[in-house]
Amino acid sequence: MEKHITLPLTEEVAKTLRAGDRVYLTGTIYTSRDAGHKRMCEALARGEELPFDPTDAVIYYVGPTPAKPGQVIGSAGPTTAGRMDAYAPTMMSVGARGMIGKGYRLPEVVDAMKKYTGVYFGAIGGAGALLAKRIKSAELIDYEDLGAEALRKLYVEDMPLLVIIDCEGNNLYEEGRAKYLAQRN
Amino acid sequence: MREIQVSTLTDVVERLCIEANTHLPGDVRCAIEGCRAVEDGSIAKGILDDIIENYTIADTENVPICQDTGVACVFLEIGQDVHFVGGDLTEAVNEGVRRGYTNGYLRKSVVADPVRRGNTGDNTPAMLYTEIVPGESVKITVGPKGFGSENMSQIRMFKPSAGLQGIKDFIIEAVETAGPNPCPPIVIGVGIGGTFDKAALLAKKALMRPLGSHHPDPFYAELEEEMLEKVNALGIGPQGFGGKTTAIGLNIETMATHIAGMPCAININCHVTRHCSEVL
Repeated sequence: MEKHITLPLTEEVAKTLRAGDRVYLTGTIYTSRDAGHKRMCEALARGEELPFDPTDAVIYYVGPTPAKPGQVIGSAGPTTAGRMDAYAPTMMSVGARGMIGKGYRLPEVVDAMKKYTGVYFGAIGGAGALLAKRIKSAELIDYEDLGAEALRKLYVEDMPLLVIIDCEGNNLYEEGRAKYLAQRN
Repeated sequence: MREIQVSTLTDVVERLCIEANTHLPGDVRCAIEGCRAVEDGSIAKGILDDIIENYTIADTENVPICQDTGVACVFLEIGQDVHFVGGDLTEAVNEGVRRGYTNGYLRKSVVADPVRRGNTGDNTPAMLYTEIVPGESVKITVGPKGFGSENMSQIRMFKPSAGLQGIKDFIIEAVETAGPNPCPPIVIGVGIGGTFDKAALLAKKALMRPLGSHHPDPFYAELEEEMLEKVNALGIGPQGFGGKTTAIGLNIETMATHIAGMPCAININCHVTRHCSEVL
């Protein structure tokens, strides 16, 4: 099913999404990957606030290339989400609802998604030049010293995604492959 | 004896870093387009279409194909009659990487220490390999390597009794374990023989060999074809969402080994299998 969604990603909207849905996201998302997540979770452990409001937020696991003159952002495809598995449940516990990445997630993350009504979206890994076209503005918000891993606020228009894991734990990696193999046999 | 200024190397490495990251080699494009033509699932077709559109944008707009512009693997095949002058060879290569990644707006993805981390800020050092060959020319190859796929690579020290079947099972196991993580469709480089380190280098070099080419020994050429077919029968598909196209190529490189062993390394690369060369 094809769905156009305007952010923030509320619980109500998250509940309507199913693994395999083609989704076009419009609105503000935040970027963070390994080092940014580590720092955010350390900040939360100290009782500090995050550099952005995590409520109903969607976090894009990406470390873009530097923007060339005239570009909003450089190439910006997803990184392997599994490296954020250690931090994702904590992020969801403070309100973050959506994650954009690629690759497998641990059962602990899926359990947290069920508990907090989270959604794991996939963008095409290795399609950084194409995905950058859907990013209309980019602003550095914190952790500048991390370079490509700094926290950024992006405004995206019709960012093309697939729901990989929904809030009930349905998984497109399992379903998509099983469907292909069943049709082939 | 031919003298070559190391500054010439710097210029070539700078150019190749940018070229490799923005223009996908023709053999890789051809393999992806060939797979697109026979894929029939709607999600799989859509993904391959987007991948083709992506490298076309990168090619025409001179922007990186993927945001992971990799660690710069630099291979120098140096003619034994060449004498480098004007400075330190390794530093000249690193300066080329530094300039290429800065001037080419490529991502700096290298940390100075594997445990304590800390980005070096200029994507140096390069992973530099030198080989002495006959003659007086120098072949420079730059292959930026992303880590989504590098992290899915494996090496195993087999007993000789594991035989051919051991190798076959290991290839399938590595691809199955990797699943969607290395951004399929992937390219698989297999290195068999040598020592622990040589096997890994053979696997890396296998990724540089043109797709569609084969090992000169028909035994391994047939193994390449057989294993590519078996990998694609797994149904992992583009990005892991199911389909015919799990891998667009599987290259095997081999060498002699010890009577007691059969090392096998599997280096996995994504569909953005980038490399380019220049001869001085």
